[in-house]
Amino acid sequence: MAEFSLPKNSKIQPGKHYPAKDAKKPRTFRIYRWSPDDGQNPRIDTYEVDLAACGPMVLDALLKIKNEIDPTLTLRRSCREGICGSCAMNIDGTNTLACICAIDKVAKGDVKIYPLPHMPVVKDLVPDLTHFYAQFASIKPWIRTQSAAPDRERLQSPEDRKKLDGLYECILCACCSTSCPSYWWNGDKYLGPAILLQAYRWIVDSRDEDTGARLDDLEDPFKLYRCHTIMNCARTCPKGLNPAKAIAEIKKLIVERRS
Amino acid sequence: MEAYKIQQHKYDAIVVGAGGAGLRATFGLAEKGLKAACITKVFPTRSHTVAAQGGIAAALGNMGEDDWRFHFYDTVKGGDWLGDQDAIEYMCKNAPEAVIELEHYGVPFSRTEDGHIYQRPFGGMTTHYGKGTAQRTCAAADRTGHAILHTLYQQALAHDAEFFVEYFAIDLIFDEEGVCRGVLALDLNEGTLHLFRGQSVVLATGGYGRAYFSATSAHTCTGDGGGMVLRAGLALQDLEFVQFHPTGIYGAGCLITEGVRGEGGYLTNAKGERFMERYAPSAKDLASRDVVSRAITIEIREGRGVGEHKDHAFLNLMHLGGEVIHERLPGIAESARIFAGVDVTKEPIPILPTVHYNMGGIPTNYHGEVVQKKGDDVDAVVPGLFAIGEAACVSVHGGNRLGSNSLLDLVVFGRAVAHRCAELIKPGMAHKDLPASALDKALARFDSLRHADGDTPTAKIRLDMQRTMQSDAAVFRTGETLKEGCDKIDAVYASFEHVRVSDRSMVWNSDLVETLELANLLDQAVGTMHSAEQRPESRGAHAREDFPDRNDAEWMKHTLVKVDEHGKASFDYRPVHSYTLTDEVSVVPPAKRVY
Repeated sequence: MAEFSLPKNSKIQPGKHYPAKDAKKPRTFRIYRWSPDDGQNPRIDTYEVDLAACGPMVLDALLKIKNEIDPTLTLRRSCREGICGSCAMNIDGTNTLACICAIDKVAKGDVKIYPLPHMPVVKDLVPDLTHFYAQFASIKPWIRTQSAAPDRERLQSPEDRKKLDGLYECILCACCSTSCPSYWWNGDKYLGPAILLQAYRWIVDSRDEDTGARLDDLEDPFKLYRCHTIMNCARTCPKGLNPAKAIAEIKKLIVERRS
Repeated sequence: MEAYKIQQHKYDAIVVGAGGAGLRATFGLAEKGLKAACITKVFPTRSHTVAAQGGIAAALGNMGEDDWRFHFYDTVKGGDWLGDQDAIEYMCKNAPEAVIELEHYGVPFSRTEDGHIYQRPFGGMTTHYGKGTAQRTCAAADRTGHAILHTLYQQALAHDAEFFVEYFAIDLIFDEEGVCRGVLALDLNEGTLHLFRGQSVVLATGGYGRAYFSATSAHTCTGDGGGMVLRAGLALQDLEFVQFHPTGIYGAGCLITEGVRGEGGYLTNAKGERFMERYAPSAKDLASRDVVSRAITIEIREGRGVGEHKDHAFLNLMHLGGEVIHERLPGIAESARIFAGVDVTKEPIPILPTVHYNMGGIPTNYHGEVVQKKGDDVDAVVPGLFAIGEAACVSVHGGNRLGSNSLLDLVVFGRAVAHRCAELIKPGMAHKDLPASALDKALARFDSLRHADGDTPTAKIRLDMQRTMQSDAAVFRTGETLKEGCDKIDAVYASFEHVRVSDRSMVWNSDLVETLELANLLDQAVGTMHSAEQRPESRGAHAREDFPDRNDAEWMKHTLVKVDEHGKASFDYRPVHSYTLTDEVSVVPPAKRVY
């Protein structure tokens, strides 16, 4: 039987331990660390954080570690309110945004934090999202029209506008795509849930006039049909969106236009 | 000093920053046939424009009578007569076209029953010069910034604009004649230095809200453009005008849009009283932000705050009903649940005035060209340098910005700067050689911070700065506290000499980036505190308890502040433009500001 194991230089080693002195409410954070500069294997550093002097979210703990314990800890963060999508990472086995992930909602025991799964790591919790962004650009995610624009706004009924709800809110955090086993396996060619949700956002927009070409571009064994309705995407989306449903809608439209 | 290898890139124009203004400028330049590059420290859709909620103002008149002249009047009055009326005319007149353009780009605006863009009331927005309530703020539920930013990024992709993502701008590069020739930047992913040459450099770097301890601003709002401009020996304008948003979530500081009050929400104190009726009998909860923030602060100070420590107020929207909340305010319902543990259909949101916006910034004219005072010329253009968005001070917001005028500012002046650059430069123009020493200062500074091995971590100095700004450059100010604040902030500035950077790597060295950001913040913190100290009047967001009145005779003028390399602030002034661009609208003469 074939045996799979990580290459030698990817095996995670135990790392440093940073105990908290006189902590009133200590909690342990086990965090993936890797730097391209030092030729070392990845390691798990262990930080004890006093939650009595820390904000409620995992991001608060990470920044407390960075500010007070170890300034070399590297992560992306910006808005800290769940709208910019920077701090997507894997917390206790689930992809989510650190800024809206409450520490006390993380199951008992140590809080384990890794970068988004199955992406190349730039450093520590910072994944390389270049390919993800290139896939976004590849679907030409902008309005495409043939008819001349009116002087005023294009009209759109509230009902038609409602069809964009649950889609336009996507923040491109990549939590869903990087939680998808099919994307892990075929991410080079499969567009993944986030990008397909974005594609559907334009397909279903009553103002867009290029639905045919959009469906043509997606009708491909890899780009679209690697979705096997595993549903990790919908389960993990920190914004409560359902990319799997958007993918199903695309598949339905392709079937419908054949008949 | 280490010998750094520097990669050189040549473009017609360089845009620094990829928020709403930077993106609109970037593809505007591309549209004009200019070769433009946008360098940004975060991926474009992570920029803080994404967090704007309530909407974008434009007198479309979709929900009732409106006229851009009413909008013009409201903006002049909202800014407490510190705004330049030519620029305000330009912005308000161009607003309807700018919003229609956004709709044509595909922004998913909410809709009226007949399919037009939905518009909601907002603070300070009136009809007939203060008589009625305008419904002027075009909204995509309460996620308008997100909707606009993503759409603008999509348009940038459609225009095949070039991006350098996760590049941090270190310093502007000038030639001997004082012409801006480019910008030096650090590629975070590779850890390499890059010189971007451009005939125009457009700063769209946002505000410096993170100079304060509690701000709605993102961690990345560190005023990098303003810092670079100050280091270049140029002046910033009106830094003392810092907007406190009345409704940041108590504790977390996250924004709760004014749109909540626009949709009918209201504030209450510990007695359950709708106290805004006492402070603004006509506009009530929809008075402009400085007025509402002061009212909340007074309520708390006089013992009518809510909560265990009586230190905040309530924002009520329970009465709006689940349906309205779900359709028009879904984002803040989510934020209130996550950050305050509140179900907004059942309970009020605990709120507190929170630092939100810098009216001040890099002085520009309405084309986006950076201006300085040079001898008698109070509008002298700095060749090659432009600024737009929150980084800039055009000044359209004067002493206090009206809600929903910021998203408007971004797109109107993002577009204006592209037009201006196209007038000034031809595609492919040759780049003048730079003197060999042009980069020396910037590189030396970068190198010294990279190897900074003092005894104080960046985070400690940053916290000292933030606490000082929070306590001494607050909603209300007095001569005494400001003087003390100046001494304290000067001491914090001096402590930066002992900063320590622990991360020695070149790849994604966020410790170094935070230190470079802190340097930018510190310059502007010093500029803000000292600017506030030297302005003995109350105007807009600058409320002096020792000088409660506006003093138009002496102080209807823009503060220009320079901060030298030792952190010493010096001052000069520019007159307010009390004239309009055309005769389509008349100048609004100063009057008492009541809501």
